[in-house]
Amino acid sequence: MKSLEVARLSDEAELKQFMTRLLERSPAQETEVMVTEDDSALTRFANNGIHQNVAERDATVRVRVVKDGKTGVASINQMSEAAAADVLKRAVAIADLQPPGDVVPMPGPAKAQPVEAWSDATAAATPEERADFVQTICAKAGRAGLKAFGAYSTDAGQFAIANSLGAYHHQRSTQATVNSVVMGDAGSGYADRGAIDVRELDKNELSDEVIDKAQRNQNAQPVDPGIYEVVLEEYAVAEMLEFMSFMGFGALAVQEERSFMRLGEKITGDQVSIWDDGLDRTGIPSSFDFEGVPKQRVELIKNGVASGLVYDMQTATKEGRQSTGHGLPAPNTDGPFAVNLFMKPGSAAKAELASDIKRGIWVTRFWYVRVVHPKASIITGMTREGTFLIENGKITRPVKDLRFTQSILEALNGTLALTASTKLQVSEYLGASRVPAVRLKAFDFTS
Amino acid sequence: MKDLAEAALNAAQVKGASYADVRLDEHVTQDIIVKNGQLAAVSDDASEGFGVRVIVDGAWGFAGSARLDKAEVEQVVDRAIRIARASARVRSAPVDLGPPVTSRGHYRTPLERDPFAVPLAEKVDLLLRADAAMGSVKGVTIREGSMEFIRQQKLFASTEGAFIEQDLFESGAGIEATATSPDEVQNRSYPNSFGRHQGSAGYEYITALELDRHAGRIAEESVALLSAPQCPSGVKTLILDASQTALQIHESCGHPTELDRVFGMEAAYAGTSFMTPEKLNHLQYGSAKVTITADALTPTGLGTFGWDDEGVPAQRTFLIKNGLFVGYLTSRETASALGQQSNGTMRADGWNRIPLIRMTNVNLEPGDSSLEKMVAETKDGVYMETNRSWSIDDKRLNFQFGTQLAYEIIDGKRGRMLRNATYAGITPEFWNSCDAVAGRTEWQVWGLANCGKGQPPQVAHVAHGAAPTRFQHVKVGILK
Repeated sequence: MKSLEVARLSDEAELKQFMTRLLERSPAQETEVMVTEDDSALTRFANNGIHQNVAERDATVRVRVVKDGKTGVASINQMSEAAAADVLKRAVAIADLQPPGDVVPMPGPAKAQPVEAWSDATAAATPEERADFVQTICAKAGRAGLKAFGAYSTDAGQFAIANSLGAYHHQRSTQATVNSVVMGDAGSGYADRGAIDVRELDKNELSDEVIDKAQRNQNAQPVDPGIYEVVLEEYAVAEMLEFMSFMGFGALAVQEERSFMRLGEKITGDQVSIWDDGLDRTGIPSSFDFEGVPKQRVELIKNGVASGLVYDMQTATKEGRQSTGHGLPAPNTDGPFAVNLFMKPGSAAKAELASDIKRGIWVTRFWYVRVVHPKASIITGMTREGTFLIENGKITRPVKDLRFTQSILEALNGTLALTASTKLQVSEYLGASRVPAVRLKAFDFTS
Repeated sequence: MKDLAEAALNAAQVKGASYADVRLDEHVTQDIIVKNGQLAAVSDDASEGFGVRVIVDGAWGFAGSARLDKAEVEQVVDRAIRIARASARVRSAPVDLGPPVTSRGHYRTPLERDPFAVPLAEKVDLLLRADAAMGSVKGVTIREGSMEFIRQQKLFASTEGAFIEQDLFESGAGIEATATSPDEVQNRSYPNSFGRHQGSAGYEYITALELDRHAGRIAEESVALLSAPQCPSGVKTLILDASQTALQIHESCGHPTELDRVFGMEAAYAGTSFMTPEKLNHLQYGSAKVTITADALTPTGLGTFGWDDEGVPAQRTFLIKNGLFVGYLTSRETASALGQQSNGTMRADGWNRIPLIRMTNVNLEPGDSSLEKMVAETKDGVYMETNRSWSIDDKRLNFQFGTQLAYEIIDGKRGRMLRNATYAGITPEFWNSCDAVAGRTEWQVWGLANCGKGQPPQVAHVAHGAAPTRFQHVKVGILK
């Protein structure tokens, strides 16, 4: 039974041959082909039972051609020779129909530093193993008189990109993630984990965290909105970084004058350093980007000073510099994107973050965060599943969830402490962040 | 295709499924983006595959694959059956779908002009003309226009005897102008935000938007917003344009009436709902001016189809009637738990995902007022238009929205333009403060093609019929 569940992916040599044949038959001056292949499964649970349980196998072949200064892009989710011919024909037809325009250059061959992002255990995870994991959470919650909800997923895939200038890169990767909300009659808790190797996900540790949070977060009472000193757990910090990336770490946002990044200027507190590093295996590493450019580490904010931006081929060409390996798949009008974020840890223990706070708020996680003002880095959102009042250095009681409307830069300008430990937070969208928990001097809760 | 569907259903039954359905789905999407006078992107994406949903031992399993051959069908059915058996080890009550659904038929989106038959040059020319009109306004720093066309061919069959084929089309377009200063970024889009205005229709839908006619106006507004005063803080009368009303409906009525959310099936991701079953037929959700329907028959709505992805026919149902909460969006499984029958809202965003309860066209029925009349009756208020930011809590109570454009209203007259306008509220308080809804002539169906839900994530295309609407005693100007 086990063999059925091992992720079914094409052999790399066959994949490379498929891509090479497609490039060889292209009539365009320049051609790029990108292939992704995924075999994934997800077990979802609610009210202490599995209610949705799914698996899928898919592939995408994406072709970009440049012909006489015109670009065409087409994709198909089949990997046959007929599909390759069809997708190439469609991409060329699109290019032929266009007026000439700006062409995003393709990179030549370059060596990418290999990264280890694969786990056989994750690729071979079975539905029974996922059910067993979920059963532990549900059983523990049930014994505590609580109800568990969540999702547990295991994914295996490969990604390859090649172009007619000779660039070729290939990477296999796996990912296992689990998130859980546990509810009582009058409140809930949250926890999640992510890893390349499914064996790093500890069902007991996760269960204990989410159940403890749920038990402490019962019968929350309202607290007045206003500006509070806060402790943000890693879940919230990672989301804040993701929004910084979305709003302003990409070179296009600066070129279009819509970013909060003012290079060379101090924009946050001294203790804040943030960088992007796709090669760091303590994140979810990837050695090259969606344009086939090897990843470079980029210092974004160093000791509070805006230090750098991430670039793709288009934004780098505009400034006469090299891409840092942060391109998204063509066609892309959103610019480069930092997806392997790290925040420098401090020296505090998480349990001590609240110890000097006279009156403040402890936030487990954010929910439904949206940009209010990109240039001022202002976001709004709610707290969720574990918001507590801190009084005289101690968490005293749960409080009703609060809405915040807050500038991220202003919040980080008041960074008072960061934990020595960090947590890997897998993004809901793309990539991951590794961040500490933080204590901030002021955070504006508006309702 | 029919052979593969029958093979899947036969295999599922032979291997022990008490129920099975199969969906074969072929999607083609064309996207066109013009940016700053250049054709920035044209892409043509195709995806096809099938998904098999089974019930074994009272529990669900699903598997899908992009490979369309009989050997793969066998593998996928085996996988779905094994997954269902694993689910059964940790299930709560056995799945009850209620009465069988045996729909048969064919549906095709009504359209006048097949968007895939329209030459690319014609589409690009329209976007470039709109771009040029925006570019003629001094101070605009970013111009962008886009179009999207989708053709989806779906086949649904079940072991209960349902067999349905649907050919669905969508057409969408939009333009946006952005102006920047050292401290501000102000953008204006037409007809809506989120990139585009989209409907289940042909190219005639794009032509009717007259993008080039509105381009200069939005460009001028984006520049004017840079020097407009900030929206003041206070409690005021709020008038929303139809598009922002549509998003308000989406977030504060559409999502909380999804019965899967109510039952906790989305609790670990999108959240739950304050509209719990004991409130059904008791909660005064809004004022008597507020009647909201879920209507999958609305012309041009993105939630318009022949049957949902469980084979239930498209239909119109009341969610809120004269302010009273009277109904949910349901699936077969969730409706059965309330002793009801599904009202046909289950949709998947592709062959590789299971159907979830999704809004169809959740419409605020037109009232008897007008924007002009609402403004004239307002002493101290703010008019807000076109969404800029949106956020709501996991029970769908505490919301905060921002809009691209606003005007102050003083003594019945429109006053100064305001920038960075925001408003906030609590859902039932807000809708109970609704004292005017504009009539049919100002009512329009607004497509939202970015509704996220589910794990793994799915994006649904839904719509909301709405007209300008007025609310009293609303907190505005959250961003000081």
